[in-house]
Amino acid sequence: MTLRQPAAEIILQSAADLASKIKSGELSAVEVARAHLDRIAEIDGEIHAFLYVDGERALATAARVDAKIAAGDEVGPLAGVPLALKDILTYAGAPTTCGSKILEGWLPPYDATVTRRLLDHDLVILGKTNLDEFAMGSSTENSAYGPTRNPWDTSRIPGGSGGGSAAAVAAFEAPLAIGTDTGGSIRQPAAVTGTVGVKPTYGGSSRYGLVALASSLDQPGPCARTVLDAALLHQVIAGHDPCDSTSIDQPVPDVVSAARSADVSGMKIGVVSELGGEGYAPGVEQRFHEGVELLASLGAEIVEVACPHFVYALPAYYLILPAECSSNLAKFDAMRFGLRVGDDGVASAEQVMAMTREAGFGAEVKRRIIIGTYALSSGYYDAYYGQAQKVRTLISRDFDQAFSQVDVLVSPATPVTAFKIGEKVDDPLAMYMNDLCTIPSNLAGNASASFQVGLAPEDGLPVGLQVIAPPLADDRLYRVGAALEAALESDWGGPLLDRLPELGPVR
Amino acid sequence: MALTAQDVASLAKLARIELTDAELDVLAPQLDVILESVARVSEVAAQDIPPSSHALPLTNVFREDELRPCLPRDVVLAGAPAAEQMRFRVPRILEEEA
Repeated sequence: MTLRQPAAEIILQSAADLASKIKSGELSAVEVARAHLDRIAEIDGEIHAFLYVDGERALATAARVDAKIAAGDEVGPLAGVPLALKDILTYAGAPTTCGSKILEGWLPPYDATVTRRLLDHDLVILGKTNLDEFAMGSSTENSAYGPTRNPWDTSRIPGGSGGGSAAAVAAFEAPLAIGTDTGGSIRQPAAVTGTVGVKPTYGGSSRYGLVALASSLDQPGPCARTVLDAALLHQVIAGHDPCDSTSIDQPVPDVVSAARSADVSGMKIGVVSELGGEGYAPGVEQRFHEGVELLASLGAEIVEVACPHFVYALPAYYLILPAECSSNLAKFDAMRFGLRVGDDGVASAEQVMAMTREAGFGAEVKRRIIIGTYALSSGYYDAYYGQAQKVRTLISRDFDQAFSQVDVLVSPATPVTAFKIGEKVDDPLAMYMNDLCTIPSNLAGNASASFQVGLAPEDGLPVGLQVIAPPLADDRLYRVGAALEAALESDWGGPLLDRLPELGPVR
Repeated sequence: MALTAQDVASLAKLARIELTDAELDVLAPQLDVILESVARVSEVAAQDIPPSSHALPLTNVFREDELRPCLPRDVVLAGAPAAEQMRFRVPRILEEEA
């Protein structure tokens, strides 16, 4: 077939624009899918955002969407728009590896609820994206299949764990992606790739079919290039699911209207005192404070808010998460799915299990399972896990106190911009510091997001501003994000990603 | 605190991971640094603070006690490392001395 528009013009468009052109017949879903698959074929050797490209099925889905539209059938608001799915959510017919050798080639027998909703709403899934093994990491360097590269500078990390999803969106390989956020895995990659990432309120989107890292923290959410696109995707995937007993049985906040309103006048915005200062890159602080000043100029009232227990969030998280993950990953026992090694007819089940987990798990997964085993062992439980759970209460109380004074809180999304691949792999603690700003929201279960606020002057790399809203006030994130985006783009004369260095021949 | 390679070996045994000696030597000092850092949670005097295990208040979720379709057996076994007679085939589960 011949393209009615050059492919470059297709892949540079927002999801909202693509959806309306597909619906009106100006573009077909098939040509949109093909343009993105071509882009992936052209540049993903360099970026490595995808672990699996599902090209034939994507084109078949797109053809069905075109047929539905031609027949005048009702279709979803993002019908025909391509999407990249993080490889920790199941999609029957495509392998789910979680970035681990222990699940290499595993074909899940069912769809995650998030996947089901995407398909029911006529989105076109292009493939599965790379991640740190079982979502443990902040750089995608812990993927057993090799790191993803940041489209802004391919010698640098794209964040993690959802670096594949963020890089796919930033590199125009897909207008939309799904991430999952346990301690910042949607927001931190969004920040360092100059994209938008939203962690809904815990329970706002279903965890059914999401391979669990830490069940009390994990939350799927949207990744996009624009705030409205993220809201449209949020609306599609969120909502109550009887298959997830922690799913919230209440209406989804009206995030799309909030993104369209882009109005912060009269809003009270609190700057978290504890999230800044020493350890933060000067360019991150500069762009963050400019963003806050911009919000003030748009009519928001800015105050400083103290959250004194946030300094204990990182240590509490690195006890709670390993404790939960050591328990959740016990299911990788070489018996019912995934890898099995050493089954020679002599070795016992226990020996096979231990050999398989040794061969199948990477270094970071082993570190966290062992920390979790330690924190949960008798004699240490009270001092570590028990105490961390109390800190979790104190952090929630800090948020309650803050939200009695302000509508939302803001901070930098991450202390530094994208660092070099390999720079922090041998220093786990330095790696953990990347999630300093994002972790408190996971511990309290409220809603949070990262929005781009420009490039740090010292290195020309993207900076993210984090917004945190009370549980079920996800719409406030989008009001703030959309207001920032509109004001910044009018200053810049276009989107931040217009300044992305050239990748391949398309740009 | 000084976590030894021997301590890590005992924990790995509990976690069913057969670590090599080389891994134990690398992991022990790394885990020691991490544990020392996370031990800061004990600085918070929190005797009267209730622990939170979850982000939001949880209540039990019930559904009608009725039959629902489940995954077909062959579909489930297709993902198994080994299957026999429509069952998971596993290595022996008893120790030889038992």
